Amino acid sequence: MNLKKTLSDYGTILVLILLGLGFSIVTIEEQWPTGNKAAKSLLQDVISTRPANGSNVLVLVRQGGDGKAFADALASESVAAGLNVLQIAVTQPVGARKALISIGQSGNSLPFIFADRHMANFCNEQLPRLSTQHPSLSTARVFTPSSHKWPNFLKKENLLNILKQISVVAIIAIGMTMIIITAGIDLSVGSLIAFSGVITALVIQSVGGGTPTTTHLFLGAFSGIIACGLIGMFTGGMVTAFGIPAFIVTLGVMFVARGMSFILADSDPVLVANPDFGWLGRGELLGLPNTVLLMALLFILAHLLMTRTSVGRYIYAVGGNPEAARLSGVPVKWVLVFVYTLCGVLAGLGGVMEASLHVTGDPKAGNMLELQVIAAVVVGGTSLAGGQGRIFGTLVGALIIGVIRNGMNLTGVEAHMQSVVYGVVILIAVLVDRLKAKIR
Amino acid sequence: MSGIHKRFPGVHALKDVDLELHTGECLALLGENGAGKSTLIKMLGGAHLPDEGTISFNGNPIQIHGPQDALAAGIAVIYQEFNLVPWLSARENIFLGQEPGRVCILPAKRERERAVELFKQLGADIDPATLCCDLTVAEQQIVEIAKALAADARILVMDEPSAALSPREVDGLFRVIDGLKERGIGIIYISHRLDEIFTVADRVTFLRDGAHVGTRPIVGLTRGDMIELMVGRSIDQEYPKEITEIGDVRIACKGLNRGKKVQDVSLEVRRGEIVGLTGLVGSGRTETARILFGADRPESGTIMMNGSELQIRNPRDAIATGICLLTEDRKSQGLVLGQTVLENFGLPNLKSFSRFSWIDLGRERSSIEDHGRQLQIKMTGPDQVAATLSGGNQQKVVLAKWLERNAEVLLFDEPTRGIDVGAKYEIYQLMNRLVAKGKAILMISSELPEVLGMSDRIVVMHEGRIKGEITDVPNATQQDIMKIAVG
Repeated sequence: MNLKKTLSDYGTILVLILLGLGFSIVTIEEQWPTGNKAAKSLLQDVISTRPANGSNVLVLVRQGGDGKAFADALASESVAAGLNVLQIAVTQPVGARKALISIGQSGNSLPFIFADRHMANFCNEQLPRLSTQHPSLSTARVFTPSSHKWPNFLKKENLLNILKQISVVAIIAIGMTMIIITAGIDLSVGSLIAFSGVITALVIQSVGGGTPTTTHLFLGAFSGIIACGLIGMFTGGMVTAFGIPAFIVTLGVMFVARGMSFILADSDPVLVANPDFGWLGRGELLGLPNTVLLMALLFILAHLLMTRTSVGRYIYAVGGNPEAARLSGVPVKWVLVFVYTLCGVLAGLGGVMEASLHVTGDPKAGNMLELQVIAAVVVGGTSLAGGQGRIFGTLVGALIIGVIRNGMNLTGVEAHMQSVVYGVVILIAVLVDRLKAKIR
Repeated sequence: MSGIHKRFPGVHALKDVDLELHTGECLALLGENGAGKSTLIKMLGGAHLPDEGTISFNGNPIQIHGPQDALAAGIAVIYQEFNLVPWLSARENIFLGQEPGRVCILPAKRERERAVELFKQLGADIDPATLCCDLTVAEQQIVEIAKALAADARILVMDEPSAALSPREVDGLFRVIDGLKERGIGIIYISHRLDEIFTVADRVTFLRDGAHVGTRPIVGLTRGDMIELMVGRSIDQEYPKEITEIGDVRIACKGLNRGKKVQDVSLEVRRGEIVGLTGLVGSGRTETARILFGADRPESGTIMMNGSELQIRNPRDAIATGICLLTEDRKSQGLVLGQTVLENFGLPNLKSFSRFSWIDLGRERSSIEDHGRQLQIKMTGPDQVAATLSGGNQQKVVLAKWLERNAEVLLFDEPTRGIDVGAKYEIYQLMNRLVAKGKAILMISSELPEVLGMSDRIVVMHEGRIKGEITDVPNATQQDIMKIAVG
């Protein structure tokens, strides 16, 4: 019994860990590090050979990617180690060949070549031949950062990428979790993303003209979020005042908001004429993407709201037994209006994030996203029957969906197959939900 | 049916019950609320299985595992809530579930003819094409009976068939029943209206507390005999009533009206007083309490607290003015079963445990722990899920949440229903403590010994109206109450 309880409480986390392990195992590859750290450790290897002060160095890095940065790092580390950097070549094999020949012709001694993986391979192939023509090259030793095996999935950039990709869905899923805990549903959030983005971009355009200032950007974002909040309030009002099922109300709102987005935007994406608008969607703080930090903050706040405040208690009570809640003095209708409004506000925020990422308010944004949001909530263990569910469960649900997508992309599963896998994951989640109810 | 036993968690609902129905007779089943009548007929209908005992039909033992088995055995049960699909026609309802296996090209035509024939036999003039939601209650009942006949039922069980009918429609029903009897169909008839029993029944079987207390032919039976057989319990020291000083009027209502269930109801409860509100199920007691609590809005009438008029729009208002309601059905209305004891307890009290909506969990927890000790709630701790508590302990959790509110007026609707004797006694003692502190208690109960044992004054309702009041409780008997309650 205890095992069952533990499984039902932490089962989703277990699934997440297993998925992560699985994708880690299948994406293990030889990794050739670049960047500052790699440059430092390479130079340490060189210093341990006790090179003469002022020895000549050629830095050879393949063009493209973060090649330039790596080359600069290697150069500055070399200088710091008291070596003399003859040349920094960020180039293709042809250029590398030229650089080597010119050094050979100049007659300078060249004890060290610092290269990345590609150039190291090139040098190891070409140097023996070149040194027969240019003897000064014969003493050259090629250093490249040591490689190691590491899963592509577990690389820091990849993990941050997953978090970035799920941030919009996960943030909206906070509101959706609360709605589903009250035994409701909101199908309109995908359309609200577009609506919020379009409103934001239009407001920025109309108040800021061609050169919007930061104030204008904030004003626009605020308008988009408020507009979606008001729509959420309207939905909540329809659900409580007229007792129309949330499914129907939000289905209607979904079409209205999508259509209005296209009408307002005149069917084309609305550009924001200030690149600063990308700060939210593309910016970073302390090495973490802003969207990820915002997501973390909102999840902590939502968790506190649901576990430590009367509002949270009321939400659970309304979902668990609305009549008992009403007879205990819970303002049931206000609670319902609150959750729909909050979900609207969060969808509006999601829309601003999406618009910020592309610096554009796109009426096509967030298409079918509502289903991903609902999937995250359901996979996270929130019961569609209401009354039960956890905010962090939803985060785990969103992570599971994000990890599956990422892992399938890394292993090259094609898009249609991915869709099949999502569907199966959702069905399993709902099945688990039913089984949990049975155990009880 | 013989030697039938049925146990539900915590309750022995039927104890060794025998029941015998002859061909072409009408047997009335009588008993107080909760005596086990419903459980018994649900076994015939296939909704429950007996734990022990046998059911036989024409001498052959049969097993009824579900509604289909019951129909196949020739037993049809017509529950108080009809089993008709409102958006299907009368004909479609009659033959619902019988379509498969009929090899017929034009079933609709044959069904229509059969339906017309059945209605003719029942002396009713109903167009088989009418949608069921357009039929009157009496007509719907005829459709139910026709449905049973179409399935070749030999036994017809009717649970309170007259409850929703007008006197004229009831006469019509009796004619139908007489006709069925002539055709050799046996009828089990359940009703609280004793007068009807005399008209329609041939024999009467009495149930009390889940046990069979006797079967008598209707000839030679008097109304008094019936009441005595139904309630006949002696009052002993089950009820620890203490005399308290009764003060001013705490809560009063005047001329409350809401539909048929509450008609011109006026009553008052004083400081330190326990008023017992009784009557048959459906007589409007619960509805009255719900209006006082703001759960339903009255069409007219006023509610006064300490002499000044109250505006109660919803339970929130009522709770704020110091009124609380212990609901009749604690599972569906009193508790959020999936939540913990702590969460349930906190629900109406969060305001006092929180600042700016931030809950002081420590204070809340120590408070429920205090109440738990005082009320002797048997739980593993405040984090136990309410659904897993026994009935008595669930009721104590509901009590705890209202005690914490320190409400001045307590409306107790069937406070001891489904609770074992020990917990009942504790709840009675708690009521004594509350009135000693000057609280006012309105106790709704169908258990007459409890009403007589605990009340300072008894108000009896019948069909939405207050029919009588008993002030001299110590000298009143259950028969006195029943006489008023049955109208």
